[in-house]
Amino acid sequence: MSKFEFPQSIRSRPVWGTLEPRAGKHHLMIADAQGAEAILDVATPELMTGAHIIFIAKGTDYGDKLRALNPAQYYEGPSYEAAASRIQRVLQDAKMSTQVYLSGTESLMGQAMRECTNAGIPYTAVQTEHRGSTARRMQCVHCKGITEDVAIDPFVCSHCGLNLFVRDHYSRRLAAYQGVCIDAEDPGNVPPSKGIYE
Amino acid sequence: MTIQFNEETFRDDYTFKNSDWAIQRFPFPFHEDSYMYSVNMEQHRGGPEGSIYEKRFDVDEHYVAEMRDRAMVLADDPLRCQSLPHMTLAGWDLLELIMVSKSEDYPDLFELHRDGDQWRWVNKPLGIDDTFTFLDETTLPYGPMEYITRQAQGDFCVLDQRDDNLWMDAGTVTTQADWSLDFDIGMNFFEWHAPVPLAHEKGIFVRALKFLLNIQQGSPARRLNWTMTVNPLLDTSPENYHKWGIQKTTITPDNIGQKQHLRVELQTFFRLPRSNALVFPIRCYLCNFDDMMTMPKWGRRLHRVIRDLPEELATYKGFIDNRPMMLDYLAKFDDGLPTSPGIWPDKDSEPPLQA
Repeated sequence: MSKFEFPQSIRSRPVWGTLEPRAGKHHLMIADAQGAEAILDVATPELMTGAHIIFIAKGTDYGDKLRALNPAQYYEGPSYEAAASRIQRVLQDAKMSTQVYLSGTESLMGQAMRECTNAGIPYTAVQTEHRGSTARRMQCVHCKGITEDVAIDPFVCSHCGLNLFVRDHYSRRLAAYQGVCIDAEDPGNVPPSKGIYE
Repeated sequence: MTIQFNEETFRDDYTFKNSDWAIQRFPFPFHEDSYMYSVNMEQHRGGPEGSIYEKRFDVDEHYVAEMRDRAMVLADDPLRCQSLPHMTLAGWDLLELIMVSKSEDYPDLFELHRDGDQWRWVNKPLGIDDTFTFLDETTLPYGPMEYITRQAQGDFCVLDQRDDNLWMDAGTVTTQADWSLDFDIGMNFFEWHAPVPLAHEKGIFVRALKFLLNIQQGSPARRLNWTMTVNPLLDTSPENYHKWGIQKTTITPDNIGQKQHLRVELQTFFRLPRSNALVFPIRCYLCNFDDMMTMPKWGRRLHRVIRDLPEELATYKGFIDNRPMMLDYLAKFDDGLPTSPGIWPDKDSEPPLQA
């Protein structure tokens, strides 16, 4: 799958990179869905001897290929939420030389990045690579509820039901973009939704 | 007491009003007949007697009512006041700065008695007389930042300084021009300003940051910023935008002079001694168009500024839809005469409006 080129945007919007092998004894790799491809691309036998791969399949079948890389540790989970406590536990014991690699959706990278910074790893030291869905994790600024996998703009908040437009303003602390009521000044006047990048 | 505090509201029935004194000292933010972003910083070392620049933390006739409004906002939404764990010391720094400044600048209203770390704080307008142990959070009813900012007009952002950047790591924000502390907390200077149009391209934020990083203890700085607000609503928050946004559509040619307010922020910047944090108070002053037009210079100038403002800025500041109606109103107060430089009303020297 080819990589999506995100359009230029404002300064709070995260910019994702391309994974590269880095020197170190320990390599923590967290990916969801097509993010597996970025790990397959960066993996070397040397890296894998110290690698812990945490993979959220989301219905994809990359599991066998990842396992075939022979990482030191491999875990496959059904959702990010299910894997979160494991990620926290792994970060708790992470050694000074641990390299972190995140790949897949912005939601996965954002949330895993937050765990890393909570554990004391500066966000600038964490490698990322976007693959797969461009849907966003959105926070409703009104009710504070998070709606996952938002691919259209405007969208309906899954918590309070307001019609929200999708901003590029992004909070690393929340690992979410901001959604703001689109029809506050003209209730009911909601333009038809289209893809965020259409 | 020297100040008569207004009994007034900033919501629902909107009984907020400015006295003649408040209108005369309103910080009209335009020093010339046009506006564009700039790093318009100056030293915050007093100003003309009676002006909003005179004291370190200006207290005016709206003080008691504003603090009541803040308490209501915080009761509705405690997330408007947050402090990340490493910012507590900066909160104490801020408490000290405000208590010392206010008790020195307004001795008839505020008293601070210090005996070692045993402090007694008397706030007469709010009826507070508390004794506590400095640097001991358990001796105050709130954290130090929340305690003192419930007693000080304006929003307060407390910025941590590290990695050659400033980080929005604590604040009390209930009178904001449509930005969310809860969303922006933890962001750096460029990130929380990300949604502002044009200013990044003009290099404004790079220069402003450089200036702010070098602010020293005892040498505070200040600038004015502005936007427009329909009704004297202090809490124009994104959190409540779905409730107050509709008010923008209630402007008519008949009520615009009373309902449309110029919203001016006096932004000041103080270095805090123990934490090396920077506190960034954002004090909001509101004045409706009718009151502002009592100053002929401001009438002439406001018309020209609003007329010539780039569309991006009118959109960002949220009044693009109402601009034509504003201009219909303001044009009546612009007779084409030249205006004197600077923000002051110059009431004695500016000619009255020519018919």
